[in-house]
Amino acid sequence: MAWFKREAGELDTSGEKKVRTEGLWVKCEGCRQIIWKKDLEDNLQVCPKCNKHFRIDARTRLAQLLDDDQYDTFADNLSSTDPLQFSDLKSYSSRLETAQAETGLTDAVINARGKLNGQPVIVSSMEYAFIGGSMGAVVGEVITRAIEEAQKTRTPLIIVSASGGARMMEGVVSLMQLAKISAALARLDEARVPYISVLTDPTTGGVTASFAMLGDLNVAEPGALIGFAGPRVIEQTIRTKLPAGFQRSEFLLEHGMLDAVVSRKDLKSYIGRALEFMAA
Amino acid sequence: MRASHHSAFGVQVTSGSRVVNVGLVVTGTDFLLSMVESRWAARNGDARKMDLQLKARQELEKIEQQLSRLQAAPGQNDDLRTQIKQLNDRIDSLRIEVSANHDAWQRTELARHPQRPYALDYIERIFTDFSEIHGDRGFGDDPAIVTGMARFQGQEVMIIGHQKARDTKQKVYRNFGMPNPEGYRKALRVMKIAEKFRRPLFTFVDTPGAYPGLGAEERGQAEAIARNLREMARLQVPIITTITGEGGSGGALAIAIADRVLMMENSIYSVISPEGCASIMWRDATKKELAAQALHITAKDLSELGCVDSIVPEPEGGAHTDHAAAADLLAESLKTNLAQLLKMPVPDLVDARYNKFRKMAQFFRVEV
Repeated sequence: MAWFKREAGELDTSGEKKVRTEGLWVKCEGCRQIIWKKDLEDNLQVCPKCNKHFRIDARTRLAQLLDDDQYDTFADNLSSTDPLQFSDLKSYSSRLETAQAETGLTDAVINARGKLNGQPVIVSSMEYAFIGGSMGAVVGEVITRAIEEAQKTRTPLIIVSASGGARMMEGVVSLMQLAKISAALARLDEARVPYISVLTDPTTGGVTASFAMLGDLNVAEPGALIGFAGPRVIEQTIRTKLPAGFQRSEFLLEHGMLDAVVSRKDLKSYIGRALEFMAA
Repeated sequence: MRASHHSAFGVQVTSGSRVVNVGLVVTGTDFLLSMVESRWAARNGDARKMDLQLKARQELEKIEQQLSRLQAAPGQNDDLRTQIKQLNDRIDSLRIEVSANHDAWQRTELARHPQRPYALDYIERIFTDFSEIHGDRGFGDDPAIVTGMARFQGQEVMIIGHQKARDTKQKVYRNFGMPNPEGYRKALRVMKIAEKFRRPLFTFVDTPGAYPGLGAEERGQAEAIARNLREMARLQVPIITTITGEGGSGGALAIAIADRVLMMENSIYSVISPEGCASIMWRDATKKELAAQALHITAKDLSELGCVDSIVPEPEGGAHTDHAAAADLLAESLKTNLAQLLKMPVPDLVDARYNKFRKMAQFFRVEV
């Protein structure tokens, strides 16, 4: 008779996994360490171990920058009319619907009026989760209205970029948004109203090649991908691997393309300080 | 006594009253038509289809001439007359097919045609006393953009244009018309010279795009383009931009914020190349023809979207067939537009430019 013979049926394992860990822990892409989610949240979505800045959504950004998470939004009811009736493997209109359902936004940006360290500001905060934060007719118009509002009320403007660039599905319509926004910024510049551009991960393409690079100050979060062409396109063009850290904030700072690289926890005070300097 | 005419396929007819060897003419014409049709069918094969189409069109013209002579000839039997009529009908329908609107991909190939006139070709034919200005005073001189002073019908003007090239050595020198940041900074520098001395500015756009290279990123390609957009929007002189070939996204726009934006009939203007769009959206670069269509990149498309002011006609077959004629047509358009702009006081001009771009491409609805 076998000593270890199982006597009856399958083992009962139902009691073993009562503690759910999923959703409580996050693996950092930067240092591969496991972080307690609450630690990450308390640290403004920055890894406490390696200082990797996680991407955050547009509302979280506004909450971090504006006093007491108090602000009102404007120009928040515009949505794209799909000017080209664009359809690839999937129709653009269905992509729009999905993005709207997932983010609760009509397009990839939120305009907000609020206070930053007691100073009134206008913030346009881009939403990367909405079709890669891409800029079509709506993003172009909403940002232009933020610029016009800033000029009209002589309120400092902050644009927080998080975008892959122009929205391909709106073709040349999206390209013309670069022109429109840049022209509006020329007027804001002449009116001597402060404009601070905050570049976050990622900021590329037509967004970098227009408003993101036109601030009185251009500041970026650490480790953000910032560039004109995407890294893959460049690799295909020059047919070599790109060096580590290429097109990251620190690389741009080294090449004189940014005024500062500022950690998320210091961002609000940095902007506040700059606005004090620029205040009339 | 009369010249006898030989078509490309050796069909012989005479230009007078006598028809030689009627049977041969008909069978010959049939053969001719089948050739044209097979060539027309070959257009869906990718290679050299524009040239084939052009040849098909030229051949059609020849056949038509010959047939009309046949028809004019007396003493024909009814059979022959019917046959001639049928052939004529067939030719008509073929002709309509051949000259029907080029699709977006065909326009793209025309816009990129290696014999298409480039900025310096137009400068040579439209302007006099061109003196080139080099360098950005910071890093270097970018041969992918040419800039300089010139005279347009006696008037002092400034010119900026992308420059492509035809042979390999020159292509490399011009970087295939893809500027680096110093090209855009040189352009901005000469814009400021034009502004200081109150000279109108002409820009000519023909680029696949701003160069996506390592050095370009290091030296701030995005910043260079962004700054040009802002500064052109408020430049205190008249600006006329012509998209002559490829209007490649931000690299094109960086010299195209103008009071008048003209597009040559067979040029294209797009946020991304059809190939790039196809490989991203369809994950298949061979879907470029579909992508070209979907992106709305032709002059007609841009005009309908309100993103350009007018379309400049090209000689039959495209600008590459006759540089001088293309330049004449463009000069005519530049002249008209410049005359209109010079009538406006500069502050009104700059306001109108602002308002144009402010109202452009507004495709949104208000949700309730």
